[in-house]
Amino acid sequence: MKNWYMLTFIGKDRPGIVSQVTLALYEGGGNLGEASMVRLGGNFSIMLMVHYEGSADSLEKKMSKVCTVLELQVHVDKIEGELHRHVEPDVRISIYGADRAGIVAETTGVLTEAGLNILNLESDVGGSSDNPIYIMEMEGVAGKGIDSLKSALDKLAEEKHVETRISPINTLMG
Amino acid sequence: MAVFDILIYPDSRLKKVSRQISVVDESVKKFIFDLEETMRAGPPSVGIAAPQVGRFERIVIVDVSVKPDTPNHGKLILINPQINMKQGEVTGREGCLSVPDYTGNVARAETITLQALDLTGESKTYEMEGFEARAVQHEIDHLDGLLFLDRLVSRRNNLFKRKVYK
Repeated sequence: MKNWYMLTFIGKDRPGIVSQVTLALYEGGGNLGEASMVRLGGNFSIMLMVHYEGSADSLEKKMSKVCTVLELQVHVDKIEGELHRHVEPDVRISIYGADRAGIVAETTGVLTEAGLNILNLESDVGGSSDNPIYIMEMEGVAGKGIDSLKSALDKLAEEKHVETRISPINTLMG
Repeated sequence: MAVFDILIYPDSRLKKVSRQISVVDESVKKFIFDLEETMRAGPPSVGIAAPQVGRFERIVIVDVSVKPDTPNHGKLILINPQINMKQGEVTGREGCLSVPDYTGNVARAETITLQALDLTGESKTYEMEGFEARAVQHEIDHLDGLLFLDRLVSRRNNLFKRKVYK
């Protein structure tokens, strides 16, 4: 079992965050694994698997200089992790509608009930400040089959006034 | 009969361009039988290209008939395949025997018209769509040294295009 950490970096977006953070990790003896990096509301966020043969404290110390320079907050968690353990999604679901409180909890709650295990969800708020729209796109595994999710989505569309789309992911292996 | 080893990226040979077959002779036929055996022996796949086993000749095998509800031509042996017409575009998920533990979204033509020699050396034309057309485009890419990794489209924001009006 390798010594994996999950590092979270958050700060005001500016050019060079990815290169400087990863350079500091490389020079500090860390090896990078899977990552998610995205700009959210003017902030840049990084969640990054790092393999490192040392303590969480010493890893965090090695990040302190770059975090000061870039005004980033860093958080380090020891995790149980492995690479090469991808789970293949078999369904993609899109939901959008007028933004309102509770839309994510309501829709994902119903989908979980209908057997969905979400592997990846990306959401955004578009539209205008007066009329925001909430847009979600997710991929996952349909634990109870795709028909169960279809009927759950039909019900959601009718009761919660959201637009939904579901399509199977038929992965081609060639 | 033989089962070949599959080249795995980052083996740089996967980026080589394969050459045309001039004659479909006995050695080509024997190779194709072994190539098919390799495809059937490995992890479930719907196609294989000669360069994936280190033979840099323009030969692919595609068989999507195992997939339910998928229009198909059965097992296709395509020698010197050439796509003459592409229509439409559709994004779908692909993986590859030469790229383990990773799948990604790739945009491909929805419908293609294809010309290729068959096992007897006769030139044939095929029209195909959807999953089978995707498989053929994926395999022909191997002949040009291209992997699906060369054609990835973002998983993010590929369904809804957002416009901001100010």
